[in-house]
Amino acid sequence: MSDSLLTEVTVSINGATVSVAPGTTILEAAAIAGVEIPTLCWASNLTPANACRLCVVEMEESRTLVPACSRACEQGAVIHTESERIAVNRKMVLEFLDTTNDLTQSPELQELITRYEADSSRYTEPSKMQDDIKIEDDLFVRAYDRCVLCYKCVDACGDDAQFTFAISMAGRGFDTRVSTEFETPLPESACVYCGNCVGVCPTNALQFKKEFDLREAGQWQPEHQTTTETICSYCGVGCTLELHTQDNEIYKVTSPADHSVTAGHLCIKGRFGWQYVQPPTRRLSTPNISS
Amino acid sequence: MSDLKYTNSDPDSHERDAIDAFVIDPPVRHEGERWVVSGLDRTHDSRHLLLPGLHLLQNLKGWISPGGLNYLAETLQIPAAEAYGVASFYDLFQLEEPEEGPLHHVCVDPVCAMGGSASYIQELRSNGDRVHESPCLGQCERPPGIFVQIKGDSNQDLTATTNIEPQFNSSSSNRLLRRFGTNEPVNLNSYKEHGGYQALGTAIELGGARVIEMLVESGLTGRGGAAFPTGIKWQSVADHLSAPKYVVANADESEPGTFKDRMILENDPFALIEAMTIAGLSTGCEKGWIYIRGEYATAAQRLSEAIAEAYSAQLLGNRIQGTSLTFDLEIRQGAGAYICGEETSLFNSIEGFRGEPRSKPPYPTDKGLFGRPTIVNNPETFLNVIEILNNGVDYYQSAGTPASPGTKLFCLSGDIARPGLYEAGFGIRLRELLSDAGGVDGDLQAILLGGAAGCFVGPEQLDLPLTFEDTKANDLTLGSGAVMVFSTKVNVPDVLGRLAEFFRNESCGQCVPCRIGTVRQHEVLLQIGADKANKDQLSLLHDIDTVMTDASICGLGQTAASAVRSAITLGLLGETRS
Ligand SMILES: Cc1cc2nc3c(=O)[nH]c(=O)nc-3n(C[C@H](O)[C@H](O)[C@H](O)COP(=O)(O)O)c2cc1C
Ligand code: SF4
Ligand code: SF4
Ligand code: SF4
Ligand code: FES
Repeated sequence: MSDSLLTEVTVSINGATVSVAPGTTILEAAAIAGVEIPTLCWASNLTPANACRLCVVEMEESRTLVPACSRACEQGAVIHTESERIAVNRKMVLEFLDTTNDLTQSPELQELITRYEADSSRYTEPSKMQDDIKIEDDLFVRAYDRCVLCYKCVDACGDDAQFTFAISMAGRGFDTRVSTEFETPLPESACVYCGNCVGVCPTNALQFKKEFDLREAGQWQPEHQTTTETICSYCGVGCTLELHTQDNEIYKVTSPADHSVTAGHLCIKGRFGWQYVQPPTRRLSTPNISS
Repeated sequence: MSDLKYTNSDPDSHERDAIDAFVIDPPVRHEGERWVVSGLDRTHDSRHLLLPGLHLLQNLKGWISPGGLNYLAETLQIPAAEAYGVASFYDLFQLEEPEEGPLHHVCVDPVCAMGGSASYIQELRSNGDRVHESPCLGQCERPPGIFVQIKGDSNQDLTATTNIEPQFNSSSSNRLLRRFGTNEPVNLNSYKEHGGYQALGTAIELGGARVIEMLVESGLTGRGGAAFPTGIKWQSVADHLSAPKYVVANADESEPGTFKDRMILENDPFALIEAMTIAGLSTGCEKGWIYIRGEYATAAQRLSEAIAEAYSAQLLGNRIQGTSLTFDLEIRQGAGAYICGEETSLFNSIEGFRGEPRSKPPYPTDKGLFGRPTIVNNPETFLNVIEILNNGVDYYQSAGTPASPGTKLFCLSGDIARPGLYEAGFGIRLRELLSDAGGVDGDLQAILLGGAAGCFVGPEQLDLPLTFEDTKANDLTLGSGAVMVFSTKVNVPDVLGRLAEFFRNESCGQCVPCRIGTVRQHEVLLQIGADKANKDQLSLLHDIDTVMTDASICGLGQTAASAVRSAITLGLLGETRS
């Protein structure tokens, strides 16, 4: 029987049997089975780009490895998520990224680099992703030497969330970059500053200007940082905001990716319109009584 | 009218007029309407005009200006950033204003490098001509390959010095090449006099089901590299009942060392048109597309003349040959990107998206061009369909072996007495093929079989029968049928370096294993240079090979290490691993 006529498909993941709805990805089925698979270009609130290949797993009878994030479970498939073969592949993907990009602000990738024993020292003078940092406004910066070309920002700006299409992949091969048309600066482009691209970037290539300034000034202090949930005060939609603060000063605003209203995406007001909370001069705390 | 925003760059009047004349029926987008533009459900019907529109702008001014791009994108209602993303994907589009004068693309891949491309480039440069060092241009039988882009005029792939005599073996046992050299290529009557359009009559008489059955019985497999059974492919598309469905000819031919499809299009264009019509009528597809690589100027010209002739003779369009059936055919020209020969990348390219391969499944027979069931075949595969219908399954199988029936076109180039296109039954030994072409010019060092994505074969393997089964058993591939011959005069590390550079330049950049792996492979080979590779270098090459082969999305990355791997096994690069 063709898989499309089934109401349920059953697969084996690391020996455990899992039954899922047709169309369920290997990654989702693995999560049900309590098996974790590393990802980079995948996000719960975006269509899988299927680009980083960190999530590759073995599917018996497949010549090559398959990407867990986007491959749907096929009836009777026998899947292994950890093996010598998979480990070599993940290690190589990590070495490739680590020799190409500045990953110093990607703690999850650093952890994987250690776990899979990726060794970048075996490469002599590898070409790198080089790009001058783009600071074009007070809201966010773009440092593409950290960009792993995961497609997340492009998809968030496009038809996964924002439908603005201000940025696209441009160029080809190793020279591919995220870009506006003819590298037009963002303020002159179609960008509406929703910051959804910043919200999904996994490597801090896109980061809030405030965070960037703190890091540049050597004042970045994770141990002084907290996150506070609140509701956006601008309109009636009522998006949940997460205010990231350091010593009570907001440096970044996000929304939870699994939130039923926002799916992690916001508009310019909720994302960047928080300066009034912290005006340069102190807020009035007593009424001003005219004499 | 629309919520898409464009910058203030305006087109000049020539750009505006040209685009207005080209996009006759611009799409209208209503306030607030959002068109789905990605995934497989692409509903935007005029986006496929982006690629020809970009060709138009490029030809008009010699480059694509911000104003021109804006105006084209706005007319087609495509976001400017996406249009730029598409334009910047292709080698034949310039996005900065160039100097005046034609742009000469000269092939620097191994065979043309041996055939004097360096001195030709030097000559052009000393005349002050603009030169782009190009990957293989599919003219390996007459090196150096050359293609000239001329502002405001037709591009050319022939020069005053080109030997225009088509080089092929003329033999009475030829099947696919039977009309080569005896017919007038773009003369319909001449085609008919040589048996043309009999197969279409037979197909209409037999009906689609029987045609597909014959293909299945014949054992015909695809000649584009993957050797997938053609009959099964056609059957799966016929099984989908709802229209529209498409037939696509993949004439993007860019595999280094391969020039057979160019020769077919230049010398027998009606055969491809007839075979595609048969495919359409037999499987219920009313529209066909021929995707031809942008550098094949002569072939594209002849093909479009032949299509026009077929339309005026009612062999295309409505009521074909008095039936109630319709089949339309449209040409799309690529713009300099090897990856667009990968079938799903080709679909994206036609649709006006970046030529990045899609992940499979879904397969083209279920969701292909515009997300619809699609037959995609190589021109050589299509020509075999005509042979099978005209002469029957038994005759077809009288050449070749049981597992690889029929004949194969081989492209011989490099250090060989008579480079050119050769047709032979599957099972011919490499040694015989070389002697048919007059023998090796010098002492044989190695043969690259199957193109850049193929493998090196040493002199001790000359008794290899050229079949799918024998090559597979020896970890080799016939690939596209390229046979590049290298004598002992050739420096193999240089060739390997150039092959690695080819993949580095042609990777689409979508997936990490290939985007970065092809670069790292090239870097290690450059470091090794003419020296013996050390243990660390070999082990790094091995690991790069592993991840590209095992974890890349498409066949480009999956085969980008195969030539290097085979060279190491043959001891052509440092110590062997074993
Ligand atoms: C990188 C790459 C380039 C390819 N280039 C071509 C090509 O130029 N022509 C072609 O027919 N097939 C090419 N293919 C194979 C196609 O994807 C597809 O398998 C083929 O067109 C199917 O036709 P067939 O069944 O007649 O062989 C290429 C594949 C890859 C991975
Ligand atoms: S801020 Fe919003 S509109 Fe601007 S590039 Fe990012 S996602 Fe697109
Ligand atoms: S900028 Fe960030 S989100 Fe965008 S592609 Fe690069 S790494 Fe991914
Ligand atoms: S293997 Fe290479 S060409 Fe194919 S999708 Fe990946 S990056 Fe693109
Ligand atoms: S997470 Fe699956 S390919 Fe990136």
